Amino acid sequence: MRCGDFKTSYAADMTIFESGTARVMLGLFFCLLFSLPFFVPGYLLDIVNRIGIAVIGAIGLNILTGFTGQISLGNAAFMAIGAFSCGYLGTKFGLPFYLCIPLAGLITAFFGMFVGIPSLRIKGLYLAMATLAAHFIVEFVVVKWESVTGGVAGLTIATPKIGSFAIDSDARLFFLIFVIAIVAVLFAKNLFRTKVGKAFIAIRDQAISAEVMGVNILKYKLLSFGISSFYVGVAGALVAYQAKIISPETFPVSVAIDYLGMIIIGGLGSILGSIYGAIFITLLPELLRMGTSSLAGSFPGMVNHLAAMKELVFGLLVIIFLIFEPSGMAARWHSIKNYWKLYPFSH
Amino acid sequence: MVQLSCSDIQLNFGGVRALSGVSFDVQQGEIFAIIGPNGAGKSSMLNCISGLYHPQQGTVLYEGQDVTRLPPYERTKRGMARSFQNIALFKGMSVIDNLMIGRHLHQHTGLISGGLYYGPAQTEETRHREYCEEIIEFLEIQSIRKSIVGTLAYGFQKRVELARALALEPKLLLLDEPMAGMNLEETEDMVRFILETNESRGITIIMIEHDMGVVMDISNTVCVLDFGKKIAGGTPDEVQNDPHVIKAYLGEEDPEEP
Repeated sequence: MRCGDFKTSYAADMTIFESGTARVMLGLFFCLLFSLPFFVPGYLLDIVNRIGIAVIGAIGLNILTGFTGQISLGNAAFMAIGAFSCGYLGTKFGLPFYLCIPLAGLITAFFGMFVGIPSLRIKGLYLAMATLAAHFIVEFVVVKWESVTGGVAGLTIATPKIGSFAIDSDARLFFLIFVIAIVAVLFAKNLFRTKVGKAFIAIRDQAISAEVMGVNILKYKLLSFGISSFYVGVAGALVAYQAKIISPETFPVSVAIDYLGMIIIGGLGSILGSIYGAIFITLLPELLRMGTSSLAGSFPGMVNHLAAMKELVFGLLVIIFLIFEPSGMAARWHSIKNYWKLYPFSH
Repeated sequence: MVQLSCSDIQLNFGGVRALSGVSFDVQQGEIFAIIGPNGAGKSSMLNCISGLYHPQQGTVLYEGQDVTRLPPYERTKRGMARSFQNIALFKGMSVIDNLMIGRHLHQHTGLISGGLYYGPAQTEETRHREYCEEIIEFLEIQSIRKSIVGTLAYGFQKRVELARALALEPKLLLLDEPMAGMNLEETEDMVRFILETNESRGITIIMIEHDMGVVMDISNTVCVLDFGKKIAGGTPDEVQNDPHVIKAYLGEEDPEEP
């Protein structure tokens, strides 16, 4: 049994996973995760894929909002930019998906940095308004710039292929999404144990003293917008591959709100929290829908009311969460873990 | 040798004149105290030196270079560090991470190498972690190194703030009321740390402090401000007997009274 943490080097003190047990558990988790496509039916796998995409997007937003403290409502717009640039590069230039995805990320990162310029002057709610304005500008451009985006009719995405191997089913897409998601999680996790990530947190906690400590605020705020948008752009590109046809309606402003919900419920400033939040927010409406449709059998007259109840329960659950665990699911997980760590000899 | 030279500093906020024509020189390796009644412009003066305020008139020369117009992080690069009157730590981070931010300018890990972590980034993190641990030992805060700063007691937070400033490896340290709100024991500890910082690390210190006992005991030079003007300067003994200083602190004797 473990009886405490004993570290003999600073490198060991800075690892992500504190114990061998954690690594073994993680290994088992990955085995389970990557066996999912072999026994989970298509419809459920579609939800799992959406969770994977949401994880990438939520980490992206958390880097900006949770870690750097810059509230953004432009998330859906950034996803749209990622999706449409990925689609355009794939269909018009015939680029393979493994170039399209990073390029879509880079294009979105560039736009993100541009949108981030006002953040040097404005903060908090005002920045939220500025990014919301960016959302509507992007939406307008997507509708009007028909030669690139296909306008309201939408854009058909070329099926991603490696040689002659087409990634056309949910199971194949699963591997693409989750490999990217795992790389995204690890990169973010590492980022926040080194210089750049710590500078972001410093800006969030105390911008003035961060500047006095030698952090170039201008550079790091824009960098944060860039990295965050890169993640969100990649998530957008994956949405495009999953949806196969994208239109301006694929990325309404409610998507941005959903993502904000994910990082708030999961835990602001926590990578693990982003993952939990992504799972929670993606899964909740599905579970509620399953619940209401199973109830519909017993109460045939109530079908319409039950559908409406779904939204209500969703909102209610979010509020309850915020009241009872304002620091997010990650914090709750942490305290549960600490409780069981030395059980039953916790004192 | 003069390390920092402020000449004719004038700072206005709209119509309010916070500083008018303040000049002084700080010698390398000394403890330089700025004192004065409330609202005298002490913190404004410190902000002008560290770059948070830019004076309308006058120059700040640091090691012979004019730094008056430089942003704060540029001055930090040149070897200035400071602490704040109201603790301005990164409250959501652990003590060790706060100190690691102090190593920001000494680290070269970029975005990509940081994201990959293993390899150069890890080596660099470990090296700078060692430096921070040295400071942690020096300031006797080993027991709280992993604690989140926002949860710590006031006295500890003040000490962490000094630690963070030292992590910058500064040549000139600006302290804004390092002893404010501390009990006698904490004050004595802090004085010990400041003296050791000054003597064994050879760091020049400019501090604002209201505890006259401390100021008169440890500083080499004292500068007295009142209503944005420098009213006296010199060794603690000279300043203590200066009629202007007595007047500013105690008021003037009413000639009518017997």
